[in-house]
Amino acid sequence: MNRDIYPLFPIPCSLTMIEYEPVIGMEVHVELQTESKMFCGCKVDFGGDPNTRCCPVCLGLPGSLPVVNGRAIEYMAKAAIALDCSITPQSIFHRKNYYYPDLPKNYQISQYDNPLGVDGYVEITVGGITKKIAVRRVHMEEDTGKLIHVEGNFSHVDYNRSGVPLMEIVTMNPPPPGYDQIQSADEAREYLQRLRQILLYLGVSDCKMEEGSMRCEPNISIRPKGQEKFGTKTEIKNLNSFRSVYLGVEYELKRQEKLLREGGTVVQETRRWDDSRGMTASMRTKEVEQEYRYFPEPDLVPMRFESDWIENLRSSLPELPMAKRDRFISQYGIAEVDAEVLVDSLDLANLFDNTAKHTKDPKAVANWITGEFLRLINATGTAISDTKLTSKHICGMIDIIENGTINRNIAKTVFEDMFNTGKQADQIVEEKGLKQVTDTGAIEAAVDKVIADCPNEVERFKAGEERLVGFFVGKVMKETQGKANPGVVNKLLKEKLG
Amino acid sequence: MADRLFELTTHELHDLLKSKQVSAVEVAQNFIERIDAVDGKVRSFVTTTPELALEQAKAIDEAIAKGEKLGALAGIPGAIKDNMNTRGILTTCSSKILYNYKPVYDATVVQKLGEAGALTVGKTNLDEFAMGSSCENSGFFPTHNPWNLDKVPGGSSGGSAAAVAADECAFSLGSDTGGSIRQPASFCGVVGLKPTYGRVSRYGLIAFASSLDQIGPITKDVTDSALVFNAIAGKDPCDTTSLDIETPDFTKALRDDVKGLKIGVPKEFYGQGTDPDVEKAVKDVINMLAGLGAEYKEISMSSVNYGLPVYYIIAPAECSSNLARFDGVRYGLRSKGSTDTIAMYEKTREEGFGAEVKQRIMIGTYALSAGYYDAYYLKAQKVRTMLRMDFEKAFEEFDVIITPTSPSVAFGIGALADDPYAMKLADVCTIPANLAGIPAISIPCGFKNGLPIGLQIIAKGLDEETLFRVAYTIEQHTQWHKKKPNL
Amino acid sequence: MRLTRQDIEGVAHLSRLELSEEEMEKLTGHINRLLENFEELQELDTDDIEPTSHVIPVYNVFREDKSRPSLPPEEVVANGPQVDGACFVVPRVVET
Repeated sequence: MNRDIYPLFPIPCSLTMIEYEPVIGMEVHVELQTESKMFCGCKVDFGGDPNTRCCPVCLGLPGSLPVVNGRAIEYMAKAAIALDCSITPQSIFHRKNYYYPDLPKNYQISQYDNPLGVDGYVEITVGGITKKIAVRRVHMEEDTGKLIHVEGNFSHVDYNRSGVPLMEIVTMNPPPPGYDQIQSADEAREYLQRLRQILLYLGVSDCKMEEGSMRCEPNISIRPKGQEKFGTKTEIKNLNSFRSVYLGVEYELKRQEKLLREGGTVVQETRRWDDSRGMTASMRTKEVEQEYRYFPEPDLVPMRFESDWIENLRSSLPELPMAKRDRFISQYGIAEVDAEVLVDSLDLANLFDNTAKHTKDPKAVANWITGEFLRLINATGTAISDTKLTSKHICGMIDIIENGTINRNIAKTVFEDMFNTGKQADQIVEEKGLKQVTDTGAIEAAVDKVIADCPNEVERFKAGEERLVGFFVGKVMKETQGKANPGVVNKLLKEKLG
Repeated sequence: MADRLFELTTHELHDLLKSKQVSAVEVAQNFIERIDAVDGKVRSFVTTTPELALEQAKAIDEAIAKGEKLGALAGIPGAIKDNMNTRGILTTCSSKILYNYKPVYDATVVQKLGEAGALTVGKTNLDEFAMGSSCENSGFFPTHNPWNLDKVPGGSSGGSAAAVAADECAFSLGSDTGGSIRQPASFCGVVGLKPTYGRVSRYGLIAFASSLDQIGPITKDVTDSALVFNAIAGKDPCDTTSLDIETPDFTKALRDDVKGLKIGVPKEFYGQGTDPDVEKAVKDVINMLAGLGAEYKEISMSSVNYGLPVYYIIAPAECSSNLARFDGVRYGLRSKGSTDTIAMYEKTREEGFGAEVKQRIMIGTYALSAGYYDAYYLKAQKVRTMLRMDFEKAFEEFDVIITPTSPSVAFGIGALADDPYAMKLADVCTIPANLAGIPAISIPCGFKNGLPIGLQIIAKGLDEETLFRVAYTIEQHTQWHKKKPNL
Repeated sequence: MRLTRQDIEGVAHLSRLELSEEEMEKLTGHINRLLENFEELQELDTDDIEPTSHVIPVYNVFREDKSRPSLPPEEVVANGPQVDGACFVVPRVVET
């Protein structure tokens, strides 16, 4: 019997048509880029030999006491303000009690019922649709040490990371009116990228997912569309790149949907993303211990934030990515898609902004930066901040294109040269003799030579194969080492070939 | 004289050192011999440090020879409760879980004593992690009361109080969470000060209950108390709960003058459960003060009745978290043979902690659990506020409050072992000052059956000066502090 | 509120204490006696009272963001019950 045609158990139409709707919550942890740790003077850094950045405080030695790093609070308040959160006027630290070998005091100094920032959002655009993803809270805590799994029945503990300032940003599900929640893997990735972009603009974190300075633990559930009650959620760990966030969420959504469609149920659990196998797997969690016994940290006095302080911070914030994008579009008249690319990093946006300000053709600047410049950045693996190319270079090059000194083809060579050597465009043109040939006589000679050299092509052209014009232009350009003015070449070719 | 230097007070020793009648090494040697002679009976010390004391004394003598100005504590032998970190010297909290722990840093108070030139003769015994009122809960051995070796010295700073009373040191440091300086000072007939919360840095004090703990001096008289307090008080950038205020010279407050002083006598600290002889001794002193020009009035502070339950919720809650770090991973005892960390934690803590500590950890864990937090912890914090407000109100009218330090004199070793709540009642008079964060001092005020009685003076926050003035006045008109036990 | 033997076991586990049979019995009695004494707090009306977490009226005590030398690694692990080089060693932890 062909099961494709005759299903074993006919499924009623209405059931097969159930549409599921994903609900995704994001818990993001970001290490702040302060000089010293959250509660002690040990350096904040990545890597290094084990237990070389430790002191009595971050080791939780008996009798040691924490002292709050003022800059960490300022960084976090900046981030909260940038996410449009309200700053809680009086905020305190709590102890979150649980036992784990990477947690030296067996409690984490964290925040509980009055986090520093509440009720903000992150704007995302996916498939042309813009959403404000609601953020429930932004709070401060300390990072844990690291367990290193070694051969045999032991683990090693390294406390270098213990006490690094950690900011936790949690989305709000369901969102309040006027705001949205994350509902797809694409949106999850976009949320994270937007968040990262904002934090990079603020300079509060380097947000490196691969180094763990930005970590994300999405919780995922699906529910029949229209149902208000959330489905059972699972949490995914070990997502170390934007790509794995996308893949992990996508995988988990499909897994849950398949499970439900087959009549199964989702188990509330933590699942680990396995990048090499492209799947999530249940973690053998010994037990879920949610009894954290939070209570106010008696070793730290409360924090009070005056509105003056908050307003000062607010006015000190740099222009944020979305505002910058909108300004680029309105001020310079560039395309939205270009503006999006340009504001992706602050360095790129600044390069554009500083260049576009000084030219009459901001669109050309946008094209050069989003095109050639990014191609070279990617090809050479250079960081934008490390390039030799400045806005002065780009301005100079656009000037000599406009005044006809070089043509666009030559300009590409010049651009690459500028990128590699840091020399100015006019200097390169001068040194390499790249000045555009507009002298009709010289070009005419070249045209004549090409016509004489290629009788077959001339015949085919005359017989109606018009696309061969490109072939002739190329030949002439080659004869003139690319320096011929393309307009003149076209005009002469037309005349000579009739 | 020179063979009984150990009987002298800090300020008397200072005068002898200053006038070069004795050397610091002689002083150190004398106290070391005294410890050798009597500590077998009293057992004040977990660790003695004679070599260190002699080495420090030599440095002081060199400084004296060079004509350097001598600090008030220079060359004076002191003892430190074994819950304060001393770099490279065993710091055990009298717990098996820290039986081998040698800190890599000094507590701020230890550093300050060092800067003041004090000599360290040893680390004193305590109820394990400062939890107890008799020193019987030490994980190692009980300390005995120098006045009667069958009696407890009080606790938790029992070793520190006994060491001073037995002349094994000129002064000592204790820590007070619910009476742990004052109650043993009272039982041992010495002076114990619990400063305002935040006056003395807690950095390096192994925490029992962080919002209540405060370090203070135990001394032979009130003058010494002010001298040692001068040395250890002050803002510490390492402790954000230490207060950023000027530390006055507290010896300036040592004046024989109580004219016009207003004394509150809250009935809740007397009566029910208080030994009538203790009550009489305290009231005699109050009457004496009245004779010297002070006024007193009986008052009521009803919230004081709730001090004990509030304390026995808040302190265990904080302790359950503070003591979580003793897990066998980074220091101290680790139980052998566990193949997973949870079993290792559970076995290590089972072996390392004594019964009282376990009980308090359990109570605290329970009080903080979801579902019970509001009924216990939050409620206790709110009643704590009521208690603070009651004190604030009382201090609008009165300069000091005077009470017995403990409802009784020292009890027998083992006498209350089976009645944990009766033991806790020993702290009923001292706990309120910790909950309110205000200063209190215990001074000797009499004897019963050869055992000292203590009187407690409580003042408003930061007003240690009034405490010293009243205590000093009492001392000027009584002789209790001059009595010595027979050892 | 009276704690049952089972409650005590749960609290003991949360506290990471492997209590003996005898201790379990004794503690159940002691803790329940203490809890009875706590009951008297419930008679107080505290609805309008703020809880006290800190007795001192101090706010915003912050440290300058300056790094200081850390401990030498040999001091970090000096008291370690089980150490391998500069690392603490624990029984293998199942990854969570």
